[in-house]
Amino acid sequence: MILTEESIRSMQEKARQYPRRKSAVLPALTIAYRQVGHLDDQIYQEISEAIDIPVVEIAGAASFYTMFPKQPVGKYLIQVCHNISCALLGADSLVAYLEEKLGIKKGESTKDNLFTLITVECLGSCATAPMMQINQDYYENLTRERVDLILDDLRGRDSA
Amino acid sequence: MFYSPVRTNAAQVARDDKLHLFQHVDNPEQHKLSTFEARGGYGAWKKVLGSMAPDQVIEEVKKSGLRGRGGAGFPTGMKWGFIPKASPKPRYLCCNADESEPGTCKDRVLMERDPHAIIEGMAIGAYAIGCKVMFIYIRGEFGHCIDRMEAAREEAYQGGHLGKNIHGSGFDLEMIVHTGGGAYICGEETALLNSLEGERGQSRMRPPFPAIEGLYACPTIVNNVESLAAVPHIINRGADWYRTLGTEKSTGSKLFSLSGHVKRPGNYEVELGFSLKKLIYDPEYGNGILGDNKLKGVIPGGASTPFLTPDMIDINLDYESLAAAGSMLGSGAVIVFNENTCIVWVIKKLIHFFRHESCGKCTPCREGTGWLEKMINRIEGGQGKPGDIEKITEVCGNILGRTICPLGDAAVMPIQSAIKRWPEEWQYHIDHGKCQVETQFEFR
Repeated sequence: MILTEESIRSMQEKARQYPRRKSAVLPALTIAYRQVGHLDDQIYQEISEAIDIPVVEIAGAASFYTMFPKQPVGKYLIQVCHNISCALLGADSLVAYLEEKLGIKKGESTKDNLFTLITVECLGSCATAPMMQINQDYYENLTRERVDLILDDLRGRDSA
Repeated sequence: MFYSPVRTNAAQVARDDKLHLFQHVDNPEQHKLSTFEARGGYGAWKKVLGSMAPDQVIEEVKKSGLRGRGGAGFPTGMKWGFIPKASPKPRYLCCNADESEPGTCKDRVLMERDPHAIIEGMAIGAYAIGCKVMFIYIRGEFGHCIDRMEAAREEAYQGGHLGKNIHGSGFDLEMIVHTGGGAYICGEETALLNSLEGERGQSRMRPPFPAIEGLYACPTIVNNVESLAAVPHIINRGADWYRTLGTEKSTGSKLFSLSGHVKRPGNYEVELGFSLKKLIYDPEYGNGILGDNKLKGVIPGGASTPFLTPDMIDINLDYESLAAAGSMLGSGAVIVFNENTCIVWVIKKLIHFFRHESCGKCTPCREGTGWLEKMINRIEGGQGKPGDIEKITEVCGNILGRTICPLGDAAVMPIQSAIKRWPEEWQYHIDHGKCQVETQFEFR
């Protein structure tokens, strides 16, 4: 089993709220993603058993939604918004800076599997651009100095 | 708990007797039920339950002139009135919080900082249409908004504002916080409903419209966060008061998300009909162009709305004025860019977004946005060929108005507008294989 009892319990609780159980598919995917960090066939199977929806329905829906990585990613998934408002304030140079700092290209993970770097579509942080999301957290109004601090903090958290 | 650093004009709104949506958003305690109630929160909900028939609520909102704040601008009260009275099926209300049109970051502030205002507006809407289970569909990336709304929902139940026999009225109402999975298309109401049913978020053919057959094939209303947040104020102070704000046809106030090359980006509440020039240049708002550069253009209502050039910005921000200028008020996302911005580069960014977000259901949008992205990338990369602009124009024409939902139109409108407003820049790109202006934006 990959999913924890707690995850399964909250999926089932969510499924009970809806007039029709199938509506709980997306919330269940979200709960699994928050726990594991990505989704795969084994997880679809476990969700299917948890909320009693055919696995094909779970996998079919999951494949549509780009927020859920479909293979393992680093411990910290760095998602940089590269849409227009962020791009006007240097999102492309932010990506280049992160590539340089982490020694990887966009779409790759660091060797220690601590960081994965990707670009994503608008995250609704347009008036606090440029920005990035790391796992659940938003980091806004980014400067080189702040990026350095954030990465150091995450590295420190991990070695502590 | 995460708290967005985004700038608002809350202090200014608090001094103004008319503006209301942002009145308390800079108070770090506002999200708590006790703070919300102490300022009269849920008063409109009690008033509705105690003294108004559902039809009266719909009439009041119709009279207020409130129009949908998500982008389409459809009159909210009229939409509520489309719910068939005789239908024996359950009715549903869904608050659309799938905010993801590039440039738009206003609903997020309300969810993070004043979640009970949204719940109160949703409850009043639910009562008006006879709904017993209401939903809020929040985009999945907004983890902090989801947590806030869940916590507020919990408090609202505990405070007796939701649940069974609310405030002794005999009216029952349940609320579900639903989370999305990172798909812009789910902000389109029929795609949102599919997604809420646990399906892929692809749009549906209309008719039937959601008010007749929406969620679970039952009558359903989908309203934007900001529209619903305005409703308690309309109930408390009356439709006649609301009509004193804004213009005759664009009543009320509106949140504008100001981003891009301005000195003070942020979310600002202003009356509809407010001057765009003032929003960009006034020290209390945008305070002018970053680095005191010259303005090149403005996207007035989110990534899907046609551009305005500097000679056009002496315009009032309301539905009619922007339509008359060939653009749209949209979601109120004003994106500003300076003279060092290559328009082909802007379009490259925009078409990438729409191609990525096309749900793939209908051919003109699925294939067309892909072709457009390839051609535009080629031109931007210096490999443009004579005839490309004509080909792009032709593809645009074959998408516009030929898709199930408005995403196809949204992808095309800024491209058509960019070619119309800056034709020489496109031509230069093709003739010289490079930008007329060097676009290179460094973050600090």
